[in-house]
Amino acid sequence: MSRSEIVLETRGLAMHFGGVKAVDRVDFSLWDHELRCLIGPNGAGKSTFFKCLTGQLVPTAGSVVIRDVHVAGREPHEVAALGVGIKTQVPNVFNGLSVEENIWLACRRWHGPARSRSLTAETLERLQLGDIRNEMVESLAHGQRQWVELGMVVAAEPWLVLLDEPAAGMTHDETVRTAELIREINRTATLIVVEHDMQFIRMISNKVTLFHEGRILMEDTMEAISVDPKAREVYLGTRA
Amino acid sequence: MRLSLDFRGTVIVAILGVIFLLAAPEIFAKVTIIKLNVPIALAILALSLALVWGFGGILCFGQTAFFGLGAYAYSIAALNFGGSTWAILVAVLVAAAVAALLGYVIFYGRVSDVYLAVITLTVTLILYSLMRRTSGPDYKIGDALLGGFNGVKSPKINLPWDSGETLSRIELFYPAFAALILAYLVCGWLVRTHFGRVCVAVRENELRAELIGYDTRLYKLGIFVVGAALAGLAGVLFCVGVTRVTPDVFNLYTASLTIIWVIVGGRGTLIGPILGAFGLYYLTEWLGKTASINNNLILGGVLILFVLLVPKGVVPTVTDWVAERRGARAMRARERRMRMRRSRAGSGDPEDRA
Amino acid sequence: MDLFFAVALQIVYGIANLALISLGLAIIFGMMRVINLAHGEFIMLGGYTVVVATNEGVNIWIAILVLAPLVVGIFGVIVERLLIRWLYGRMVDTLLATWGLSLLMIGLVTTIFGASTATTISPPLGVISIGEFTSSGYEVFLILVTVALLVLVWAVLKFTKLGLVARGTMQNAEMSEALGVSTSRIYMITFGLGAAVSGLAGGLLAPITGVLPTIGAVYIAKAFITVISGGMAILAGTTSASVLLGGVNGIVDFLTGPTIGEVALLVTAIILLRLMPRGITGTWFRNKL
Repeated sequence: MSRSEIVLETRGLAMHFGGVKAVDRVDFSLWDHELRCLIGPNGAGKSTFFKCLTGQLVPTAGSVVIRDVHVAGREPHEVAALGVGIKTQVPNVFNGLSVEENIWLACRRWHGPARSRSLTAETLERLQLGDIRNEMVESLAHGQRQWVELGMVVAAEPWLVLLDEPAAGMTHDETVRTAELIREINRTATLIVVEHDMQFIRMISNKVTLFHEGRILMEDTMEAISVDPKAREVYLGTRA
Repeated sequence: MRLSLDFRGTVIVAILGVIFLLAAPEIFAKVTIIKLNVPIALAILALSLALVWGFGGILCFGQTAFFGLGAYAYSIAALNFGGSTWAILVAVLVAAAVAALLGYVIFYGRVSDVYLAVITLTVTLILYSLMRRTSGPDYKIGDALLGGFNGVKSPKINLPWDSGETLSRIELFYPAFAALILAYLVCGWLVRTHFGRVCVAVRENELRAELIGYDTRLYKLGIFVVGAALAGLAGVLFCVGVTRVTPDVFNLYTASLTIIWVIVGGRGTLIGPILGAFGLYYLTEWLGKTASINNNLILGGVLILFVLLVPKGVVPTVTDWVAERRGARAMRARERRMRMRRSRAGSGDPEDRA
Repeated sequence: MDLFFAVALQIVYGIANLALISLGLAIIFGMMRVINLAHGEFIMLGGYTVVVATNEGVNIWIAILVLAPLVVGIFGVIVERLLIRWLYGRMVDTLLATWGLSLLMIGLVTTIFGASTATTISPPLGVISIGEFTSSGYEVFLILVTVALLVLVWAVLKFTKLGLVARGTMQNAEMSEALGVSTSRIYMITFGLGAAVSGLAGGLLAPITGVLPTIGAVYIAKAFITVISGGMAILAGTTSASVLLGGVNGIVDFLTGPTIGEVALLVTAIILLRLMPRGITGTWFRNKL
C-alpha cells in the first residue's frame, strides 16, 4: 500500500460512566483499506469504544475524526451518512419485515427505486440470502440474522465498515463463510472488527489492537501479540 | 415484498365502502343513517391512531387531544368566519401544529416510549380540565364563547361555494363516509410509500433505522403530525354530527375508547381499528339499552381480556387463523406430493439426482 | 408578612399534596418498573373507604390512618396476583391492562355507589389563623403526615430486612432469586405496599376533595408527571420532583389562577424531560434511594 492516509482517528477519547472509566484517553489511528481487529477481555472497553465511533454514545471527552469530519457526539444517522456501515453486537434487524425488505430499506436510503431494487438483488446474491428473501427475519436462525444485518451494512456500499462481533454465536462453517465475506468486503472498504474469537481473528486480520481496562495495551500482528507475555497475562484463561 | 398484493385488499375494502355509501341511504331508515355520523367520525379517529401506533409504533395515549382540538378549533373558527370551509382547514392545521410542537419536544428529546404514552395522556387530561374551567363571559375567542362544561355550538358544514346552503344531518353522511373511505385509502397508500416503510422500520428497530442512515426523529414527527391532522378532521365531523363540542372530547373515557378500538381491532392493521370503533359503538349502545351494566365496567373488562388473551386483536387473529388453515392445507398437499415422489423414486424418477 | 406566610403555606401544601399522591406510584414504578394506570383509582378507593367507614360510625382517624391503607393494600395484593404478575417485563401490556383495571374500578364503584358523591365529610381540625389570614388546620396536618410518611418509607427501605431485600430485587432480580429470595413474593408485597400508600393518600384527601368515582383521573395525570420527572429513585425522585413541579404550580397558581397553574406544571415537566430524559434522579442523585 502506497501513500496510505489515516481515515479514522481518535485523540484522548474517554467514556466515563459515573466513576467507571470504560474508555480511558485512547489515541487510535486507522489507515485506509486496513482490516483492523479490536480484541481484549470482557470489560476491556472495546464495545464502548466502538459505540463512541458509531454515535451510539456521546464521549465524555476527546475527539473522533473520520476523514476530517469530527463525529464525536453526533447522531448515528449522521455518522452513517458519511458512508459508514455499522453492525452492532446484538443483531439489530427489522424482525417484523422480510429479509428482502430489510436490505431494500438500507439501499433505498441512498438510491432511487430502480437502483435500490437491483442493489437489493445483488446483495441477496452476494450473501447467499436469495432462498430466504421472503422470510420474516424474526423466524431466522441466529447466524442468518447476523448475515441479514451484514447484508444491510454492505448494501449501502460503505467505504468504512464497523463490525461488532460478527461471528458471535456462529457455527464453525458459518464463521468460515463470514470470514470470507469480510475479506471480500475489505477489497473495497476499510474495516474495524471487534471480536473475541481468536481463530476468527486469525482468519481475517493482519493488525490487531489489544484493549485492556479502557486503554490500548498494544498494537501489532496477531502472531506477535499471541507470544507477548503481557498480552497473555491479560488474556489469562482465554484459549489463544 | 408482498405489498402490491396487500394493497389489492385495501382497494377491495374501499370499493365495498363506496357501495355502502351509495346503497345505505336506500336501505336503512333515516334515523339509522343520521346516527351513523358519530361512529364514522370515531372510526376516522381510530384510523388515525392505527396509523400512529399500529404502523408508527408511537404509543400515543392522548390522540383525543388532537380530536378535541380539531373540534374546538372548527367550532370557534366557523362561528367567527360565518362559514365552514376555512374552519375545517383551520381545525386540521391547529391539530397538526400542536402535534408538531409536542412531537418536536418529545421526539427530539428522545423521550422513551412509555413516557411518551403517559405524557400524551396527560396532555389530553389537562386539556379536559382546562376547557371545563372556561365558563363565563370572559372566556371567548373572537365571537365564540368557550362555554366551560357546555362547550361550543358547532355550526353545520356548508357547501364551499355557498355559505347559505348547509348540510342537513342526513346529508352529512355522504361527505363523512366519503372522508372515511378516502382517509383509509390515503393511509393505505402512505404505509406503502418509502416514508411509510421507514416508519414501520423505525417501529421495528429504531436503532437499526438510525444506523442505516435515517433520521428517525423526523419520521416519527412526520407520522405523528399526519395522525394528528386526521384526528383533527375526525373531531370536525364529530362535533358537527352531535351539533356541539364539549370538554368531554378530551376526557379519560374517550381516550380509553381510542386505545381499545386499536387493541380490539388489531394493531398493525388499518381496517381493524375502524371495525373496532363501529363495533364497540354499537355494542355499548345496545348494552346501554338492554342491560344496565356500566360502560366503564364493560370497557375495562374488554381491555383486560384482550391484553391477556387476544393481544393481537380481532382482525390479525382471524387472518392468522385463516392463513394457518390455508398453510396447513398447503402443507398437507406438499406432503402428498412428496409421498408420491418417493414412491416414484423407486422406479427411477428423473427428479432424483444421483 | 402574614400574606407571605399564608401563601407559602399554600405552596408547601401543594408540594406535599403532590408528593402524597405520587408516592404510591413511585414505589411501584421504582421497584418494579410497572406503571400502574389504575393508581388514581386506588386513591379513589381509599377515599371511599374513609367516607363509607365514617358514615358507619367508625372514628375518622382510624378510618383514614388504618382502614384506608389496609383495604386498598389488600386490594392491591389481589390485583397483583390476578393481573399484574402475568405481565412482568411487558411494559406496554401492563399499561394497557392497568388502564382496563382503572375503567373496571370506576365502573364498579359507580355501580355500587352511584355517579355522584356518597356523602362528604368535613375536614376535622378546624381553622388556624396566620395574622389576618386563615388556613385549614387539616392542611397543616396533611403536610406533617406526608413528611412522616416519606421518612417512614425511607426508614423501611434503608433499615429493615424487607427494605434491603426489596432494594436488592429492584437492582438485580436474577441475583436475588439466586440468593434464595422469592422475587414473586417481593413484587406482591411491594405492589401491596404501594397500593396501601395510595389508599392512605386517598383517605387523607377525602375530607378535602370529596369522593367521586371519576376523581382518579385528576390524580393520575399529576402523579405520573411527578414520578416520571423524578426518575427512578423513589424518595429522592418524588421529593425533588414534587418540590420543583409543586412549587412552580403553586407560584403560578397564586399569580394567575389554577387553570394556568396546571398548564405550568405540565410545561415544566415537559421541559424537564427534554433536558433530563431519565428524570431528575436519572441525571443527578443517581444512587440515592
